[in-house]
Amino acid sequence: MTAPLLETRALCRNFGALTAARDIDFRLEAGARHALIGPNGAGKTTFINLLTGVIPPTSGAILLKGHDITSVGQAQRVKLGIARTFQINRLFRRLSVLENVYLAVAERVGAAPSMLRPAGSRRDVIEESMRLLDALKLAAHANRRVWELPYGRQRLVEIAIALGLRPEVLLLDEPAAGVPSAESHIILDAIDGLPKEIGVLIIDHDMDLVFRFAQRITVMVSGTVFATGSPREIGADPNVRAVYLGQATRG
Amino acid sequence: MTSTESSWADHPAAVALAGRHRLRAWEPIPWILALAFYFAFPKYLGFGTELLVTILFAISLDLVLGYAGIVTLGQAAFFGAGAYTVGILAKRGIWNEPITGLLLAAAVAAAIGLGSGLVLLRTGGLTLLMLTLCTMALLEEAANLAHDYTGGFDGLDSLPIARLLGRFEFNPLYPTTQYLYVLAVLFVCFLFVRTLVYSPFGQSLTGIRENTLRMHAVGAPVRRRLVLCYTLSAAIAGIAGGIWAQANAYVNLGTLGLDRAASVLIILVLGGYGRLYGAFVGAVAYMALSHFLSKVYPTAWQLGLGLLLVVIALFARNGILGIAEVAARRLRALRAAP
Repeated sequence: MTAPLLETRALCRNFGALTAARDIDFRLEAGARHALIGPNGAGKTTFINLLTGVIPPTSGAILLKGHDITSVGQAQRVKLGIARTFQINRLFRRLSVLENVYLAVAERVGAAPSMLRPAGSRRDVIEESMRLLDALKLAAHANRRVWELPYGRQRLVEIAIALGLRPEVLLLDEPAAGVPSAESHIILDAIDGLPKEIGVLIIDHDMDLVFRFAQRITVMVSGTVFATGSPREIGADPNVRAVYLGQATRG
Repeated sequence: MTSTESSWADHPAAVALAGRHRLRAWEPIPWILALAFYFAFPKYLGFGTELLVTILFAISLDLVLGYAGIVTLGQAAFFGAGAYTVGILAKRGIWNEPITGLLLAAAVAAAIGLGSGLVLLRTGGLTLLMLTLCTMALLEEAANLAHDYTGGFDGLDSLPIARLLGRFEFNPLYPTTQYLYVLAVLFVCFLFVRTLVYSPFGQSLTGIRENTLRMHAVGAPVRRRLVLCYTLSAAIAGIAGGIWAQANAYVNLGTLGLDRAASVLIILVLGGYGRLYGAFVGAVAYMALSHFLSKVYPTAWQLGLGLLLVVIALFARNGILGIAEVAARRLRALRAAP
């Protein structure tokens, strides 16, 4: 049996007396479209921070393609192919859209430490960034400052930066959060168009989005994995309905 | 969805990024003015030399503050380190050749920048601000206590600096050599900083300033970049300090003081930080203002400067250059519209 793309084993994280993650066993397969759902405070964002190395686990292990990366630092995990987006935009607001993506691509191809050549002389980085923006239908906005863009397009820049890292694992933290419904189709189209070979984990409250894309769904409650299954199984699970889906209809 | 090779090179964004570092038509102006000053005001070359050193020091601060977003109040620590390196070596008769002296000043300041940066840059915000201030205060007090080497409160004077290139004497009364020497060093350092800020490294510093968290998330070694930037900036500040000691043939505790660190910060805010030329505009404006204000109201001229700073902070965050940029943009928009 081949190892899954990304796997966690009995992953735990405590903040003082609070257990934000408890014994999480999780598998993400290559090319998967996997959703992670759960009520507020269930530990979804903590889980992302554990996977990306922002915080170390209290105990347990994280494996990428069978290799233990539990003690690997954040920057190194990005190099190994784990990229994320943020629930609240984390963009380089005063830079142009192209420059935002340039930063990610330059970092990946190893151009960023270069001090004595102009950034503009790396035509390969510019070209790749532009092509990426084109694929996300952002090319027309490439020369605008990020803060000038409508919020939905800013969310796309979030995704563009992550894709500039050519990840094998892409963690999308509420990609459509805060986007007005009139604009939300651009986010859905972008997720639809993600390269097929990437393993994508989508964390979201938006059930339409989750059930549209996910082949598998993991439900987290109070820091533990409550249920995992196909959308059909999860949708039909009375326990899941009780703890989560019932509340989610409010939004 | 996919497109052929090089089809994006003509996109306005790609053109803008690819040509961002090119020399603009107005960029030689400050250098022409500086040379013109040499011929037009031979009596004020002492003042001019001081101004050029201040610009060099302000550029070193702009690199850390304006580009990397490291908020520091202790930049004079490196200025002083450079000045004392030149001063002590010359006074003790160990080394007094000017150009290599500057390299030694840069090396000592860079070493202090690297050592302190490795510790300080683990913090941020107010903590960092206070720690940079503390580093400077510690150095100042150390210089005060090490009386045998530094001359303590009196400093070291009549430094026997050798002739420049073995030919040109540093005459304190007719500082023609000093002026041209400082101008040349400023030009070289400026070219280096200009190259740096337009490089991918400089771009990543801007990224760190704009969003540190995101730079971590794209896999950038953020702390390493900041420490490197801090060290390079310290080296340039060290050159500024060293050349100041050479030009004046003395060094005192004031080179390590908060006054110097604060005034260079004011200069950057006045001129506009993160803009390369803010140091030039700010230094000229600051020197002119303090000259003018101290004539009008000798006892409390700093009050006027303070009020101006308040106005800048409230209404023109990007300083004089920021105002100029907005004006230029408006003008272009007016011209574009018939």
